[in-house]
Amino acid sequence: MSSTTDAATGVKPQVAAKMIPIFVMGKKYEVPDSLTIMKAIEYAGYKYIRGCGCRGGVCGACSTVYRKPGDYKIYTGLACQTVVEPNMYLTQLPFYPAIRATYNFEDLQGRPEEIYELYPEVFRCVACNACTKVCPMDVQVMDYIAAIKRGDIKAAAEISFDCIQCGLCASRCFAETPQYHIAQLARRLNGAYLTPRAEHLATMVANIEAGRYKTGLEELKAMNAETLRKTYQERELEPATAGDDWTPKDTRYL
Amino acid sequence: MKIGYYPGCTLKTKARNLEESALAALKVLGVEAVELPRWNCCGAVYSLADDDLIHLIAPVRDLIRARESGHDTLLTLCSMCYNTLARANDIMKNDAEKAKTINMFMDEEPDYDGSVKVVHMLDFMRDQYGWDKLKEKVKVPLNGFKVGPYYGCTLLRPKEVALDKVDRPIIFREFMETLGAEVIDYPMATQCCGSYQVLGAPDITLKISHDIIRDALAHGAEALALTCPLCDFNLGKRQDLMIGKFDGAKDMPAFYFTQLLAVALGLPVEACHFDLNRSSALGILKQKGLIKEASAA
Amino acid sequence: MSREITSKNIDDKLKQKIREISGEIVQQCMQCGTCSGSCPMIEHLDYSPRLLMALLQWGQAEKVLGSNTAWICASCHVCQARCPRGVEIPRVMEAVRLLKLRANVNHIEPSNLQPEEIIDLPQIAMVSGFRKMTS
Repeated sequence: MSSTTDAATGVKPQVAAKMIPIFVMGKKYEVPDSLTIMKAIEYAGYKYIRGCGCRGGVCGACSTVYRKPGDYKIYTGLACQTVVEPNMYLTQLPFYPAIRATYNFEDLQGRPEEIYELYPEVFRCVACNACTKVCPMDVQVMDYIAAIKRGDIKAAAEISFDCIQCGLCASRCFAETPQYHIAQLARRLNGAYLTPRAEHLATMVANIEAGRYKTGLEELKAMNAETLRKTYQERELEPATAGDDWTPKDTRYL
Repeated sequence: MKIGYYPGCTLKTKARNLEESALAALKVLGVEAVELPRWNCCGAVYSLADDDLIHLIAPVRDLIRARESGHDTLLTLCSMCYNTLARANDIMKNDAEKAKTINMFMDEEPDYDGSVKVVHMLDFMRDQYGWDKLKEKVKVPLNGFKVGPYYGCTLLRPKEVALDKVDRPIIFREFMETLGAEVIDYPMATQCCGSYQVLGAPDITLKISHDIIRDALAHGAEALALTCPLCDFNLGKRQDLMIGKFDGAKDMPAFYFTQLLAVALGLPVEACHFDLNRSSALGILKQKGLIKEASAA
Repeated sequence: MSREITSKNIDDKLKQKIREISGEIVQQCMQCGTCSGSCPMIEHLDYSPRLLMALLQWGQAEKVLGSNTAWICASCHVCQARCPRGVEIPRVMEAVRLLKLRANVNHIEPSNLQPEEIIDLPQIAMVSGFRKMTS
């Protein structure tokens, strides 16, 4: 039996992948069942020149829309993260037109009306929830649009935090809104104008500007490669088990 | 007493004076209004097409949220939210076929059967709290203050969701009388202010809104009491455009009914956010001696 | 306006379309004019609600669709509240609007709203206005 463990190594032998049919833009291909959609499409002979970015599930470039036989529902996913299923019907959506408003960020102050001016269509939302249903990142898109409509920029920024700008929400919007661009503006306004400034950061930046680390940097710059390597290797590391009161032996830069 | 509460979008920004005064007043009255933890815009207007269910989704979703939060009754302050939610609820309760389609469309939500009762603050006060009990709580009766209650459209029409008799309503009169005000009746109290036509036909809306104010003034009203942020925009904020444009147009203080309630309950002016009203609103309250100068300063 | 009705200008499907969208039967209107007497917008309409109902009864699609009546209507429902025949006229007005909107034609353009208008407008105005007047 193929699943028998090798007595000498304790490793299960590699099993030849099972081949399954998938339909890419209506055309049938047999692909190994263990591949992601992205690899399956490449296996089928396509070459990505767009609609493929990080291959790690964070850039949002490789949105896929698919259906399964005997099921009315629309499924979505990132091609680089979603494993193929037998008889899935799919296409890639490398880009979906959505107008991103232009604005001079310096002129804004973090008021809801600024979002309304740039994206008045947000008020056309009917809460159909199609956006949330297609979001491959499980962002509650409808809820952040609801938050924006009631002027709660902070809530919108928080709810939309995991958005990777893939644009699938905009492709399904009944109200024709570009939700993800609106959310991006909300996060920018929240970050720049509504979140309290971190005082310790300002102090530290001021310290750096005042030349606090200048001597240390100059010392490093003056080292030859060998000394630099040695210094790096011998640097003092914070032990993994260190408590909050741990301090390095060299306290010059604290 | 505890009740589910649906605010509506504008009450979180431009109509904070409506929400904050109401919540402060309800607290004093011993009513705990619990805002739904999750809600979306109701759509503000009810879809009038028989074959259009998509515009019912938003209000029904809010009703589902109310049900999920365990509320049997949902309180509204904005009359447009009231109208939209109450009518959507009627459909879910009385039209099995439409309710089924709507429930099927929202396959990510539990089914809903119209079992939440949607109320407006005015009928809540009349039917559940009671005028007599309210009267006992009044500390600063609005004696000698001639207030013209403005119903507008959505509290009274259509009759299926009317808070009172469609053509001869008295609920707002009773409310203001309970607060001690001298209530001014005027024929246009139930006539439309132009509503959303402020976008489609802004000049016409300005004209018919002015007609209402002129009518209230002619009958002796010193101020208007309102229940809706869109009425407040048309009849309150847009007075700036009326003055100078129409013969005899003059400033008319406009309040949300809940602000007058808060004043009558003796709440501090800070609870009322009068900065969002016309400046004449605070002025007339001072002139009538209804608010303390110290706290108004 | 010209009120000439000939076989050429009657759209015999108009009543049916209105009925499908609104659920209302325009033939039930008996032309009493109570709606027109109640309408707060009456002086600004090119056809009164009563006349619009008549034009619908006569299948005058071009006149109905070309008139401002449904687009000035604010859905205040006073006509419905007073109609002795129980016709829900605001639904008929909505159906007339939808004949245009459902062809993907906006009556107002959200993108054309000026920033200085949007600063002042309460959300409720834009939500309701866009629902009634955009496709």
